[in-house]
Amino acid sequence: MKFFRTHILVSKDSKSMFAGAETVEKLLVEEIKKQGLGEEIKVISTGSIGFEGTGVTIAVYPDGIVYSPVTVSDIPEIVSEHLLKGRVVKRIAFPIKTSKMPSGVTFPEKVIGIQKRIVLKNVGFINPENIEEYIAQDGYSALAKSLCDMKPSDVISLITASELRGRGGAGYPTGLKWAAAAEVKGDCKYIICNADEGEPGTFKDREIMEGDPHTLLEGMAIAGYAVGASVGYIYIRGEYAISINRLNKAIEDARSYGLLGKNILGSGFDFEIEIKKGAGAYVCGEESALIESIEGSRGEPRKKPPYPVVSGLWAKPTVVNNVETLANVPRILENGAEWYKSLGTEGSRGTKLFSLMGDIKWKGVIEIPFGTPLSKIVMNIAGGLKNNAKLKAVILGGVSGYLIKPEELDIPVDFNSLARIEAGPGSGSIIVLDDSRDIVDIVKNIAEFFKHESCGKCTPCRIGTDQICEIIDRFFYDEGSEDDLNKLMRLSETMFQTSFCALGQTAPNILQQSLKKFRGDWERHFFKSE
Amino acid sequence: MEKIKSLEDLKNLRDKAKETLRTRSGDVKVTIFASMGTVGIAAGAREVLKMIISELEKRNFSDVEIIEGGSLGLDVEEPVLTIERAGTKITYGKVTPEMAKQIVIQHVINGQPIGEYVIARSKK
Repeated sequence: MKFFRTHILVSKDSKSMFAGAETVEKLLVEEIKKQGLGEEIKVISTGSIGFEGTGVTIAVYPDGIVYSPVTVSDIPEIVSEHLLKGRVVKRIAFPIKTSKMPSGVTFPEKVIGIQKRIVLKNVGFINPENIEEYIAQDGYSALAKSLCDMKPSDVISLITASELRGRGGAGYPTGLKWAAAAEVKGDCKYIICNADEGEPGTFKDREIMEGDPHTLLEGMAIAGYAVGASVGYIYIRGEYAISINRLNKAIEDARSYGLLGKNILGSGFDFEIEIKKGAGAYVCGEESALIESIEGSRGEPRKKPPYPVVSGLWAKPTVVNNVETLANVPRILENGAEWYKSLGTEGSRGTKLFSLMGDIKWKGVIEIPFGTPLSKIVMNIAGGLKNNAKLKAVILGGVSGYLIKPEELDIPVDFNSLARIEAGPGSGSIIVLDDSRDIVDIVKNIAEFFKHESCGKCTPCRIGTDQICEIIDRFFYDEGSEDDLNKLMRLSETMFQTSFCALGQTAPNILQQSLKKFRGDWERHFFKSE
Repeated sequence: MEKIKSLEDLKNLRDKAKETLRTRSGDVKVTIFASMGTVGIAAGAREVLKMIISELEKRNFSDVEIIEGGSLGLDVEEPVLTIERAGTKITYGKVTPEMAKQIVIQHVINGQPIGEYVIARSKK
């Protein structure tokens, strides 16, 4: 077996690719060859290393050094100084935690230290396009365990016992959903992975699919075994080109290794996965509209009940789960329900991924145990606000989510605590706004998004989103009035109560909360007769 | 690729694949610190390092990681090599490729330090 003394991981997630990861990797390989180190050092592509929005990141093992951002002109120095002579290029280096590297407390280390990487344990560590590296990290052993040692009902009781809740936003217990689908008679059932991550400001599922696609496939196969489905669909945003390529490669590899397809591991269980690309409609993230879209119809939500677990894709029982939910499944199978319950808080077990963005120092995807206070996420993990500005608000859970005031920042992030202030983790996005932002601007932007994305099936949503935009426009030109605010309040209440699906019901969320919590911002745009 | 047909197959593949990830996981028995300062390289540290790698490969021993470092301040003794095994660090001086080969076989793989080459010892 070929032995390489040093492994260099190059982050090749979509952000790094934009920053030129491909070129950096190519030049790195060339430079290593040129300096005669080609036989000793291996360069490997990986997912996000956890430093995002800064540029290309590379990690050097076993030394445990991360370089970020790496530009083309840094490469000769890194190779000749660090790789040849063992002298770390301190200018752009961050030490990371490995067992051999006790180091001073640097900022990125704190970032990685606070996090608990369970779902993301392979992201930024293995090559997502190499199935053997995934298997080396105990990949597919959870599937093997369930196929060989457990009955489908055992798998469901384990997931139920772990109290795993859906990570798409609604937080429905996954075990219950699976049990409901398993109960329905019939041998044609489907698993759908909802990877249509369309909520503005959310990109946590992308991190999983780009960095560790096999985890998702394994989770889907286990779900298929549990409920008795033999076909799975991944409904993915068409814009996620890198994710689609890596998932395709992963499916192909899993098939050729016999981990997907007929008679997996000699157990008699068959499972196939197909990818379906979305065409950019926000509403197709709603499960029944998503199903319509897979069937080839226009993406519009269906009447519920019947719920998809009873009558979903082609009127067959269908389980629709979020990417992150399914990625949790192999970890629970590996380590047991008790282990999983030890993470997080009552009612919200395990960890949660969040995509951080806005006016903060460190952006990217983090994984934290449920119950971590929001203030810790914003002030410690995200490094506080840019230019030490004052915090104005946090948009939690995407633009259909919740508006959090600075006074509410100490709230622990879990389902129960957030419910107390009528909020929730939503889609898993945190957008931080500093006090230079005008809430009316933000709300206008969000309202226009929903006006564009309303599918038009039901009147409250189709007309409501349009009306909201019109009224907000008045404030935009400083012609608002008290009466308009009351109208907005009534309108959003009507939409919330009468819209057909979650799109219309949640579209006025941020608007409504801004009216309650940031009334001053609105009043500043009242018409003043001078 | 041969299909994986049973749990046994999967386990075998996993154990084999784990070896290649050793360099990254830090889960190793032996650490070799190679002093790669300018003086070290001039004295032949690169040749020593190459010999170590080819010997490890030949013997199929992957329970090891190699960390390069700067000069330890022992320029007269370069090339300097430090082996950490079971909590003890042993430093060798004036290492030649031939000595490096013996060090790998006797000390790194079999845990028997070669007394005559040792210039320093320390407990962790």
